[in-house]
Amino acid sequence: MDLTDDGRTRGRPDDAGPAGGPGRSARLRSELKRHPSLVAGGALAAATMIVAVAGHLAPPHNPLAINPGHSLAPPGPGHWFGTDQFGRDVFSRVLYGLGLDVVIGLIVAALAFAVGSMAGLVSGYLGGWIDDIVMRVADLLMSFPSFLLALSIAVVLGNTVRNVIIAVTIAYVPYLLRLTRGSVLAARGADYVLGARAVGASRSRVMTLHILPNVVGPAMVQATLMLGWAILDVSGLSFLGVGIQPPSPELGVQVAQGASYITSGQWWISVFPGAAIILAVLAINFLGDYADDKLRGQGS
Amino acid sequence: MPGLEIDGLRVSIGGRDVVRAVDLHIAPGSCAGLVGESGSGKSLLALASVGLLPRAARVTAGRIILGGDVTVTADLDRTAKVRGSGIAMIFQSPRTALNPLLRVGHQVGRVLRRNGQHADLTRRCAELLGAVGILEPGKVARLYPHELSGGMCQRVMIAMGIACEPQMLIADEPTTALDVTVQADILDLLDDIRSRTRMGMLLISHDMSVVAERCDSISVMWRGAIVEAGTSRTVIGSPRHPFTAELVRDVAHRPQPKDRPAQRSPAGPADGPPTEARG
Amino acid sequence: MRRYFIRRLGLAVLTLAGIVVLVFMLTHILPGNPALVAAGNYANAHALRVIERQMGLNRSLAAQFGSYLGNIVHGSLGTSYTTGNTVAHDLFTRLPATAELAVVSTILATIIGVPLGVAAGLRAGGVTDWAGRTGAVIGTSIPIYWLGIVLIVICYAVLHIAPAPTGEVNAFAAMPPSYTHSLILDSLISGNWPTFFDALRHLALPAITLGIVETAPILKITRSATLEVAGCDYVRTARAYGLSRWEILKNDVLRNVATKVLTAVGIVFGFLLGGSILVERIYDWPGIGLYAWNAVTTTDYDAIQGYILLVGLVYVLLNLAVDLLYAVADPRIRFGSAGGGPRRRPRPPWPGRRVISPPWAERH
Repeated sequence: MDLTDDGRTRGRPDDAGPAGGPGRSARLRSELKRHPSLVAGGALAAATMIVAVAGHLAPPHNPLAINPGHSLAPPGPGHWFGTDQFGRDVFSRVLYGLGLDVVIGLIVAALAFAVGSMAGLVSGYLGGWIDDIVMRVADLLMSFPSFLLALSIAVVLGNTVRNVIIAVTIAYVPYLLRLTRGSVLAARGADYVLGARAVGASRSRVMTLHILPNVVGPAMVQATLMLGWAILDVSGLSFLGVGIQPPSPELGVQVAQGASYITSGQWWISVFPGAAIILAVLAINFLGDYADDKLRGQGS
Repeated sequence: MPGLEIDGLRVSIGGRDVVRAVDLHIAPGSCAGLVGESGSGKSLLALASVGLLPRAARVTAGRIILGGDVTVTADLDRTAKVRGSGIAMIFQSPRTALNPLLRVGHQVGRVLRRNGQHADLTRRCAELLGAVGILEPGKVARLYPHELSGGMCQRVMIAMGIACEPQMLIADEPTTALDVTVQADILDLLDDIRSRTRMGMLLISHDMSVVAERCDSISVMWRGAIVEAGTSRTVIGSPRHPFTAELVRDVAHRPQPKDRPAQRSPAGPADGPPTEARG
Repeated sequence: MRRYFIRRLGLAVLTLAGIVVLVFMLTHILPGNPALVAAGNYANAHALRVIERQMGLNRSLAAQFGSYLGNIVHGSLGTSYTTGNTVAHDLFTRLPATAELAVVSTILATIIGVPLGVAAGLRAGGVTDWAGRTGAVIGTSIPIYWLGIVLIVICYAVLHIAPAPTGEVNAFAAMPPSYTHSLILDSLISGNWPTFFDALRHLALPAITLGIVETAPILKITRSATLEVAGCDYVRTARAYGLSRWEILKNDVLRNVATKVLTAVGIVFGFLLGGSILVERIYDWPGIGLYAWNAVTTTDYDAIQGYILLVGLVYVLLNLAVDLLYAVADPRIRFGSAGGGPRRRPRPPWPGRRVISPPWAERH
């Protein structure tokens, strides 16, 4: 609650001190204290990235190497997460698969963001029948649970990585479209837009230079969260046998391959890959929480 | 002295004083005015009097005494008991101040019930709604807030306020959100209630003209402190603080000091039937 | 109210029509040849053509669409080549099992999520709030299928308190006659107590799995709705008039939160439809989800198509029901609002998941 009644904004704390004041590290510390989600998210994200990169560059064992003599070994020295039914080292596979899933998720999120926000921008700005049609299509796509929609599309397209990415992206685009379009509709009547049009700027110029920067923010934050959902959905599809297939060490595939062994006691084949998924998605969710707090201008 | 007495009140938010050593006294039956810009702390002062300060705010010094024997600051439980029956408060935007999912009559009724009056609620609600100048109170009682105009919502709020027959009524910018034509009606209504029930009133506004005509005494608040206080005649006639002078200058016409003979119609004109165009 | 109802009904019908077209497009326009799949990898060109003609794939797209529509109107969803029954029959007999899961898990999630969410929202900044929020974040990060596996490992393999994940009952149970095709109801109706309790025990773990995952979005939405409502002017008014905490909670907070919670439960139920495939696969639960999974792995096109149509129908009906309940709860929708309340149920754009929308984008 800023209670200055003569309209002055309060000075920033580090403007006042000598030689620049408390400075950046103090600001960072106070930010971290007020937003524990940033701490948690940042730490987890860093851990995930380190693990994923290490898993790709230098996995302890070859994730794909079959070793029948050592199959179904429980976690222990040499194989920290045990081995699966083919003798493959689960730890290496989990590391490798984590990187794989994160990359796939990033592609999905980036594609969905690009297509969804562009479509929402154009549709919202141009209005008219274009907008009507686009909205009807988006509504139709949203009349299904997104996982099932992605499942249907992936089944029909065929079981490849590319098709899974396409399917999940299609399922996500309508939401980003709706979000962006909403922001555009609100921004369309704003003063700075009217001003730009008044001095004769073309529609496309107004769209890209004036509206786009202001509406892209929430969509970007939503797309970040979608990274997490993408990882969950893609691995869920792989678990069902749709899309990514064995021997790919994708995490959902790994969970599926270990599923038949849980009742006989070899739990490590399925549990560790799933835990890796949780690690990545949790990191994203915490960071998304933080971004959301910032966007709404509150402390957590 | 009975009435509401605010003594050296100090409220702070996050270490910063937003209400500074305020003294204010409202005698029963009189109307005190509190004028200041937004951000001057007048709303916080009002909220402190009913114990409804936001979580971040804290009373750091002073007392508020109602009726000579109840302190309504430190003891939150006692304050809760006093709210509604000792002090009532009406707020600035009447439409958002009413529960959108409850019928208007129900909302008045539960205030009555809280004050121990369980009998004959429907009739009493209709009576109250009629007393605040609503035509066809029986019909209006069955409506929802979104079906009423702003002025009618404010009347409902006033009805809720006086349902408890409080000793003191605090009106925080009661007319700011209303049409100019309706403002005078609402203020007349408040005056009328005050003269009938010997209720004391604190009228808070940023607009000196609202306060000037109707208040016996005026306090001017600036940046959390009372910079000038006195009878309305003195404050308006010879303002000493530069801020007061500014406020007085801004008043559209020269206000009459408050010793006109009271001439109020028994119930102000209603705003008409609820239509979609109003509000 | 009637106008609202008719409008919503019309919208639902339109959406259903759109879904019918969408499903047709999915299976007939996208690449992939169902005849090839049915024929197998070693069919020669001639056999392929025969099968194509049998399936009607050699006709024009319009003709295929025509017969597709005709079939649907007659309630025929084709025949499953794996079970040999009509798809309609298959779905009809399996739907109750999925319904059992859906109902029980949603009840569980609501019982836990709503009170916790309200408590968290009222005590914002406190321990309950922090615990609730963290729980919700964790809950939305867990893959359902993994949770199911972990629960089986812990409760069955280690603790031995849950039965083996082999469907609704163990293999030696006496099956009751199928009145409703819901094992629990059927055994209850026919007084077959051993099977009834066995079925309940088998229902526990899958329902808990789904329930845990559903609790998170319900908690989140309830909490944020409570926070929003608690800061509203009318709550302040109620307090200013000295109303008791219980009265304020009941009539101001909960009533205004209820509508948003209703939306949340509806959303979550929709999310269930997707989650049920995963859960039924793990627990071998004989509902429509497992049926769909079998259809997917055997590329039983008719079954897949029928399943998608059914899910679409259920989802549309669900949204319709929630919209109507919303109208009952919120008089602003019922009577139309004069001064700018919501004109239709505000729709969060992302089912069951966190929504980020700038405050101004709430206008549709």
